[in-house]
Amino acid sequence: MTPILEVKHLTMRFGGLLAVDDVSFSVNEGEIRGLIGPNGAGKSTTFKMIAGFLSPTSGDVLFRSNNITNQRPSRIASAGVVRTFQETTLFQELSVFENVLIGTHKQAHTNIISAVLGLDRQMQNEAIEATTEVLEFMGLAERKNQLAAELPLGLQRALAVAISLAAKPSLLLMDEPFAGMNPEETRHMMELTERVRESGISIVLVEHNMKAVMGLCDRLVVLNFGTVLDDGTPDQVRHNPNVIQAYLGGG
Amino acid sequence: MNNFIPAKFRPVLFLLLLYAGLIVLPHFLKYHQQDFLIFLTINILVVVSYRLVTLTGEWSLIHAVMMGVGAYTSALISKNFDISFWITLPLAGVMAGLVALLLSYPLFRMTQFYFLIGSFAAGEAIRLSWIQFIKPFGGTGGTSAIPSPELMNIDFLEPIPYFYLVLIVVSICVYLLYRIENSRIGLTLHAVHWKGVLAESVGVNTWNYRTLAFVIGSLFVGIAGALKVHYIGTVAPKQFDIGFMVFILIWVIVGGYRTFYGAIIGAVVLSVLDEILRGVEQLRPAIYGATLIFFILYLPGGLESLPQKIKQKFRANRESAT
Ligand SMILES: Nc1ncnc2c1ncn2[C@@H]1O[C@H](COP(=O)(O)OP(=O)(O)OP(=O)(O)O)[C@@H](O)[C@H]1O
Ligand SMILES: [Mg+2]
Repeated sequence: MTPILEVKHLTMRFGGLLAVDDVSFSVNEGEIRGLIGPNGAGKSTTFKMIAGFLSPTSGDVLFRSNNITNQRPSRIASAGVVRTFQETTLFQELSVFENVLIGTHKQAHTNIISAVLGLDRQMQNEAIEATTEVLEFMGLAERKNQLAAELPLGLQRALAVAISLAAKPSLLLMDEPFAGMNPEETRHMMELTERVRESGISIVLVEHNMKAVMGLCDRLVVLNFGTVLDDGTPDQVRHNPNVIQAYLGGG
Repeated sequence: MNNFIPAKFRPVLFLLLLYAGLIVLPHFLKYHQQDFLIFLTINILVVVSYRLVTLTGEWSLIHAVMMGVGAYTSALISKNFDISFWITLPLAGVMAGLVALLLSYPLFRMTQFYFLIGSFAAGEAIRLSWIQFIKPFGGTGGTSAIPSPELMNIDFLEPIPYFYLVLIVVSICVYLLYRIENSRIGLTLHAVHWKGVLAESVGVNTWNYRTLAFVIGSLFVGIAGALKVHYIGTVAPKQFDIGFMVFILIWVIVGGYRTFYGAIIGAVVLSVLDEILRGVEQLRPAIYGATLIFFILYLPGGLESLPQKIKQKFRANRESAT
């Protein structure tokens, strides 16, 4: 079976800094793929290039064998590749429900005539149902009328994931979803991530929380100073002296 | 007394009373007050259409000029080609929408302050063309003898019939704009405003939605422009200058831009205030300026936030009393 995502010789240069340097890896259908490495290794930059938020200096991104390099983020998202953000990114001024409802854009976007005449009502009702489902799945149903800005940090992270799930991705790129979560929330989020995968969504996970990474990921890519240091199962990677060195050396 | 009417019917009742009032109102007004009522009604469409443009977070300075694009389109076509107002009115909207679509390519490469300045520059370029190209636009003095609408034997040179015409057209347009804002499209425009990158990440093409808001807002203000000049009978560059744009901004800011009706309140209250000050001509600009500063300082939420504020005040008083 062909991989759902192939990253080929991806390179990003910011002035004199090679943030990502000739990185290649692939993600299999139904896999949770970890992307780890010390601070500044180039993980988020790699995500941004995959999702179309940054144009790579060189290299290609293939999604289901289609080259999606340099496409507009919204187009890549519509194709099924949805990213979450490292910094909590929400529609702070809107309610939890509206936040997730906006996530259903792909299934519910409409044209101006249908909107004015109300011809899209059926579709909008389905979007509302889908939103309710996602909110229940993420344990946010009781908070749905609260403003996003009023949620505690852990739940804000959960809401960010909820928005991306509402977009019905085939491939989800999660940038540090566990940041700011307490151990209880982390355990819960790990369970949910596993269930997301079981629902048929492939995942790439960037995360510093090693317990989560080791517990969830099938295979890991380790980045260091923009280059691939290792690629293998959590067990292989854990025992690679170069990896240990990079983490200890990097602090 | 309020409890006798179920909440569901209150808006309907309100609208019925409002329209009943608007239908009889002009019969009690003097001639110049009837004119005032017509322009005020048109200005409501101007601010409501501007609201759609600002929903994505971009405050343009070209809205007044877009009104002029519609006005010139309708005026020149109906005058030079003897085509009925009923056809040139929608054409005015289409033309303003098309011009907006063309301008969106350069303009939306800019954001915020640069967009503000860029939109102003583009608007001035258009407006100065009306002055420079005496043919067909008529230069600084503009073009007059614009035909008025014809329908059966109604005399649309009279203010009252023209007011009814304006009331119907503006009501339909405002209703359509209301529907758009409260649809999925309105929600998406809010999303583009509050967090464009997040909207993109779930598949919203933010460029397309900014363009959509700009084009539709311009389309409706183009119609407003046509309504205005077919009543006055003259179209001139001065009517759509930065001075008028500033009035639009003041109405929206003073009324409030959080809700749909805020801008309408702003336009109505300030225009009525302005009309009352008619006797003291020299003081008008100063009072207008002072009002604006007062609102920005003490009521940044606009007039629309006033009921909420008063309620809070009452509650606070009651709590401190007990
Ligand atoms: N827009 C940019 N312009 C210049 N340099 C950048 C830019 N974005 C990232 N960098 C640099 O590129 C390198 C990689 O950054 P990146 O955000 O990808 O790291 P990361 O692996 O996600 O780190 P962290 O774990 O801290 O999130 C860093 O040195 C960073 O300072
Ligand atoms: Mg990062």
